[in-house]
Amino acid sequence: MSERKTWQEVELGIELPAATSLAYKTGGWRVLRPIFDPSACTHCMICVGYCPDMAIPVATSEAGVAGKGGRVFKGVVRVATNLDYCKGCGICAHECPSKAITMIREEEAEQASCKL
Amino acid sequence: MPTLQEIALKTSGADARIVSGHRMCSGCGIGSIIKTVLAASDKPVIVISATGCLEVVTTIYPFTAWNTPWMHVTFENAASVAAGVEAAYKALKRRGKIEGDVNILAVAGDGGTYDIGFQALSGALERRHKFMYLAYDNEGYMNTGNQRSGATPFGASTTTVPAGKISLGKPQWRKNLVEIVAAHRIPYVAQAAVNNTIDLYKKAQKGFNADGPAVLVVLQPCTSNWSFDSSLTIQYSKLAIETNFWPLYEIENGVVHVNTKPSNRKPIEDFLKGQSRFRHLFKPGNEHVIVEMQKMIDDEWARLLKLEESGIQL
Amino acid sequence: MGVRKAITGAQAAAEAMRQINPDVVVAYPITPQTPIVEEFAKYVADGVVDTEMVPVESEHSAMSAAVGAETAGARAMSATSSQGLALMWEVVAATPGLRLPIVVSLVNRALSAPINIHCDHSDVMGVTTVGWVQIFSENAQEVYENTLLAVRVAEDSRVQLPVMVNQDGFITSHAVEPVEIFDDALVEKFVGVRSLDRALLDVEHAKSVGPLVLPDHYFEFKRAQEEAMSKVFEVYREVGTELSAITGKQYPFFETYHTDDAEAVVVVLNSAAGTAKAAVDAMRAQGKRVGLLKPILFRPFPYAEIREALKDIPVIGVLDRSMDFGACAPVYSEFRNALWALGKRPAMQSYIYGLGGRDIMTTEIEAVFEELLSGKLDAEHQRYIGLRG
Repeated sequence: MSERKTWQEVELGIELPAATSLAYKTGGWRVLRPIFDPSACTHCMICVGYCPDMAIPVATSEAGVAGKGGRVFKGVVRVATNLDYCKGCGICAHECPSKAITMIREEEAEQASCKL
Repeated sequence: MPTLQEIALKTSGADARIVSGHRMCSGCGIGSIIKTVLAASDKPVIVISATGCLEVVTTIYPFTAWNTPWMHVTFENAASVAAGVEAAYKALKRRGKIEGDVNILAVAGDGGTYDIGFQALSGALERRHKFMYLAYDNEGYMNTGNQRSGATPFGASTTTVPAGKISLGKPQWRKNLVEIVAAHRIPYVAQAAVNNTIDLYKKAQKGFNADGPAVLVVLQPCTSNWSFDSSLTIQYSKLAIETNFWPLYEIENGVVHVNTKPSNRKPIEDFLKGQSRFRHLFKPGNEHVIVEMQKMIDDEWARLLKLEESGIQL
Repeated sequence: MGVRKAITGAQAAAEAMRQINPDVVVAYPITPQTPIVEEFAKYVADGVVDTEMVPVESEHSAMSAAVGAETAGARAMSATSSQGLALMWEVVAATPGLRLPIVVSLVNRALSAPINIHCDHSDVMGVTTVGWVQIFSENAQEVYENTLLAVRVAEDSRVQLPVMVNQDGFITSHAVEPVEIFDDALVEKFVGVRSLDRALLDVEHAKSVGPLVLPDHYFEFKRAQEEAMSKVFEVYREVGTELSAITGKQYPFFETYHTDDAEAVVVVLNSAAGTAKAAVDAMRAQGKRVGLLKPILFRPFPYAEIREALKDIPVIGVLDRSMDFGACAPVYSEFRNALWALGKRPAMQSYIYGLGGRDIMTTEIEAVFEELLSGKLDAEHQRYIGLRG
């Protein structure tokens, strides 16, 4: 996973540069995968606030994106879950007031993507 | 009034102060708590972490999830280390060696706060260092597998005080950390929970902006050792509020304000059921423990409301 | 050159701290260290220094806050004794691993139980394995100079390790002696300011300090720490040479006193070395060829130099002011280790003296010399000086 350093190479004072964990992908832990349905989303940001893995990215959209009931949501919008880090806890699906996220088993998700 | 959109931008964008790739248990609410609190600072934040869940899962060498200056020394000294950082900040600024403002945040679990780090916390508050102390409270030593702490609730079974043939779990109620902290006459102390992001964010903002030390105590339901499905963390946090098990309130310059008052408080069973640490309470013959727990919760709630109503400055 | 002042060892430490004017001083009072923080607090109260002083609620917090301040980028100092050092042990052990050049004034006091406030070395000998540079001082003058030296050795880029400057509780810390205090401006220039290269407060270069390191790298970090310790010798020499330019004195790893032609040598740390010098003088006056070796730099331990200095001495007595119960006493152990590699090893005897502040007299050290010269030694057992029964 990580490169093994010699004693001559380890950092003085056990000091690490910031945010190196981005190289550590926790998506492999996932048993259930969140399937996001943009057409049901109101971009309320509840899921983003709760996501413990900072795995739901957001974007700022001037033009807006189509969401629940065909409405256009402008400003801060959520985009597809980052599966590199999502551990599949299911909090987003459980808390989504619009039921825009469903959890399915990873194998099913894999099979579905193979068929495509 | 902050919005979830504003918070989402700060926690998920390139400027996020904590990033993905950490190894919290799937569904652990600490991730949500810490990113929300960090986002509430309008200045750079220096974080001092006690040994515990958050420290372990975010900094397994050579990986760190921190995108802000961060340090860890030992279990019980987050507040003292923060005091030293604050002293250095004052000295270096006075001597013109550094520029700009920072916020200093000490973070620990309930073990590192209520128990082993309690003296260091009290000392740092009494000396009025300008820093915020965040306790994420999962009601026991959860990093090491559910040992009892001073924050463990009455009746909970832990590995060091397990329920057994003659034991009904922890026989004592937890200590009231918020009121103990308030007794230091610090400008701001609040109790928050992971399910209420906006409330948590606002409290963190107040804490960072306080004229002196501030303390936040945040409930963090532990999926691993309270043993519930990883998707239910927020649900259990909500139930803790709705049953008055964990009131959301703040004490600002001594004045108590209860932030949420459930109109129909739910029975405590609603919070207890489904958690392995309270499973023994549902066995026939143990009903009296739940009755006692309910009474204590109701008494505490009534007391808190009276305190608020009285306007007495703590 | 300097100004002579009649001050105690504690005041000498505080004088050095005044001249260093650290960014941060954190301390908790404990007898017999208390006069150091009291004296320094007066400097702060009078604006003589502009240090940020943090009067913490325990020694554990003192070392914790010092670690926080140093990680943040400050130059931090502290002082303690005995129980205080024991309470801060956990953080004391973490400090060299974090490579923080904190300088601590340690006023040596016996460790409880029984509780006792007087001098012995059981406090410092409990921490010699965790990676602090250890410097010992015979008197107030040495306390002052060693403290100045310590800051530079600690902060040198090759070292970056914490240093303890030891002095004997009460005997040195509370006794008034003439001490030559060198020019403020010269000392200020000598100690300089700590580099901000590693400062956590450099928010533009965020970093994480002190992460969890598992079996895949822990060992490597510890080996790197050992390497830094090995650099102390050259740095200590260089810094000593620089300090000599101000003080006109030498800063060796240890001091020898009449060892060149000696038939018997006593080894002893700190203030008792002064007593031993008087004993050597008395014995020499009687025509007896005896000498003294006073260790100064105890960690890292200068094995090769000690071996060279003692290679022709037939018999050596090592006096320890603490015990390692069930094993050889700490100073004796090091000297035995140092001399092991000699083809012709000297006879050696271990002595324990002065625990809990028991006085040691010149006559007692003279008796030690007589015993060493008589050859009636017992390599298997330590002997006790001034013990009843």
